[in-house]
Amino acid sequence: MSTADISISQDGIPLKQKLAKTTALQRRRALLLTMPLVLFLLVSFVVPIGQMLFNSVHNDKVSAVVPNFADAILQWDGVGLPPEETFEIFVKDMIQAKKVREVGRTVGNLATRVNYEMPGSRSLFTSTARKAKKIKEGPYKEALIKLNKKWGNPQIWLTLQRAARDITPAFYVAALDLKYAEDGSIERADELYQIYLNNFMKTLWLSALITFICILLAYPVAYLLSVLPLRQSNLLMIMVLLPFWTSLLVRTTAWIAILQTEGIINDMLVFLGFISDDGRIQMIYNQTGTIIAMVHILLPFMILPLYSVMKTIPPSYMRAALSMGAKPLYAYRKVYFPQTLPGLAAGTLLVFILAIGYYITPALVGGEDGLLISNLIAYHIQKSLNWSLGAALGTILLVVVLLLYWLYNKLIGIDKLRFG
Amino acid sequence: MSAESPLVRFENIQKSYDGEILVVKNFNLDVAKGEFVTMLGPSGSGKTTCLMMLAGFEPATHGEIYLKGKPINKVPPYKRGIGMVFQNYALFPHMTVAENLAFPLEVRGMGKAEREERVKRALDMVQLGEFGGRRPMQLSGGQQQRVAVARSLVFDPDLVLMDEPLGALDKNLREQMQYEIKHLHEQLGLTVVYVTHDQTEALTMSNRIAVFENGIVQQCAPPAELYESPSNAFVANFIGENNRIMGTVTALEKGVAKVTADSGESISAKQVNVHSVGDRTTLSLRPERVTVSPAEGSVDNQFSARVEELIYHGDHIRTRFTVCGHDDFIVKVPNSAGHAALQQGNTVTIGWKMEDCLALDA
Repeated sequence: MSTADISISQDGIPLKQKLAKTTALQRRRALLLTMPLVLFLLVSFVVPIGQMLFNSVHNDKVSAVVPNFADAILQWDGVGLPPEETFEIFVKDMIQAKKVREVGRTVGNLATRVNYEMPGSRSLFTSTARKAKKIKEGPYKEALIKLNKKWGNPQIWLTLQRAARDITPAFYVAALDLKYAEDGSIERADELYQIYLNNFMKTLWLSALITFICILLAYPVAYLLSVLPLRQSNLLMIMVLLPFWTSLLVRTTAWIAILQTEGIINDMLVFLGFISDDGRIQMIYNQTGTIIAMVHILLPFMILPLYSVMKTIPPSYMRAALSMGAKPLYAYRKVYFPQTLPGLAAGTLLVFILAIGYYITPALVGGEDGLLISNLIAYHIQKSLNWSLGAALGTILLVVVLLLYWLYNKLIGIDKLRFG
Repeated sequence: MSAESPLVRFENIQKSYDGEILVVKNFNLDVAKGEFVTMLGPSGSGKTTCLMMLAGFEPATHGEIYLKGKPINKVPPYKRGIGMVFQNYALFPHMTVAENLAFPLEVRGMGKAEREERVKRALDMVQLGEFGGRRPMQLSGGQQQRVAVARSLVFDPDLVLMDEPLGALDKNLREQMQYEIKHLHEQLGLTVVYVTHDQTEALTMSNRIAVFENGIVQQCAPPAELYESPSNAFVANFIGENNRIMGTVTALEKGVAKVTADSGESISAKQVNVHSVGDRTTLSLRPERVTVSPAEGSVDNQFSARVEELIYHGDHIRTRFTVCGHDDFIVKVPNSAGHAALQQGNTVTIGWKMEDCLALDA
């Protein structure tokens, strides 16, 4: 053939085109088969995450409740108090807002929003809204300050100006234990309010500890599973998998029965005389409880990848090492252990990432100091209803996990993972 | 032990895994320095178990194994200094070829320079000098095999054990590797104990072959002796191809057994493993020792046979006859100039000499 660069099929069509044509049907079918899953993921995964990301920086409560004022306050230069017109608009907007009953657009919503950034300011808004209709005419500034002298403090207006922006970093500021200083710059929050960073650190530390304990417990079991004769290893495998087949709630509740101060272990220790009846050990509703229960629940996620990798390592490797004169420990360190690394890596990643976002178990047995970041997120989503802060915390958690994943890929390589 | 004591001695070795069945029953074997001894047998015959006991991975239930005159039952495998090639090579996948070879040297605390020198020499020996930096997975089966052999030799062990090392290779490569290992054995003066279930492999490579069956060594002899004069029916059947005729001994005289086949013919055979008149016997006859249309007086036994099947094999024609009541009697008719032209369904005369027909146990 003269044109050596392009391969031509017999009827003169370039081979690549021809190939694409013949495989088009296959590719279309493959796409069709994955479509349900793609749609499912889109609806249940991508959209909610996008929503979360959006919520974490977006909050329109101020502009929704007092829209005209929101526009006006954004024009203010932030020096002293806002001009008289802005006060007028604020009072009129508040009177208007008082009449609204629609969820998400009430004065209560506005008060809550400002209260996030200026704790203790809630009642100022609700009482002012009640009394605002008494102010019939100007000057509005003096009238409002007369109503409540807090309105004479420029700080409240600066806070309102910040909150009037729909897109705001304020929730990340809060999630990172920071706050806005009086001059609008960002500084560390008072020690009393520093909860999130500490909790993030605690979550990371506990997850690492749980992962480490899982490795210690899982490695020997996985090894045993991989070398035992089939019948015995099957039995052991069933015992490993048994927790998987019981409900998470049942398992966690079982731990409560076992570990509580009036529980089995304490009763036994008292009965055997190791501890006195008043000296019962607190093993649950604290960090210890969280660690014990989570290790139990996450252990199979460590055992299974380890086992599946160890199963593929023929005993002849160790024998070869021994036959070449390596002492058993040396042979294990140099020959066996390195080959289990892919499984160890997979198990570690799996357990750590599961632990970092774990919710139910710490919620049930964690007490006060056993709570993890996911419990705080849940608190903001369900109780305090500060969704934006919850979303910001969730986004930070997501970023941390992705960061770890990236770091992990750098260090070990995702392609080295073997789950089975 | 005397000065010329064998390198390896198995003495009354018994082995049981479950306390009920003996997989090795009273195994005795001496291996001299420089010898290539093969343990041959079907799977489950106990040959690999014997090798594993020698390597130190399985304890002997009874008996003692000596290496250089010293009992080694209580010596752990890493102190035995025995090189070993495993069935699936057991090359460490997370190390390069060079690192694999350096492993036994590193264990022995050898300096870096000497280590590299030795590794290079070992790789050159198996013609893989360029491949030191590769991972085992990047090599072909034959190359992996060579690396495994080189690794077992790199630390100059007194003894090399090979556990079906060629089992995973295709036929051509297997034959080529057989010669390579044989040449290494000759050039380096190695002592090799080799385990295989492939009789051709055993015949090609070994000085001596121990044929295993049911945990017992049936015969231990050089390849030619094993083929030419098997001591029992199992060995005759296991080594090479073999026609069998069942019969009863009617007379024994000067090493010649008169046997009446079950179909009535009288056959004279060499007495090997029958002891008295009236014994049941298996007559064993190699397919290449049978002559078609023999010249008058050239053979001791002569019968008419019907041609059942002809299979063209190039250098010979494999012919299946019905003779003495057996329809699976195989004769290799050489494809030489002027050989007998046979047709399916023809009846011809075939014959063989008395000494080619062995009267073995039934």
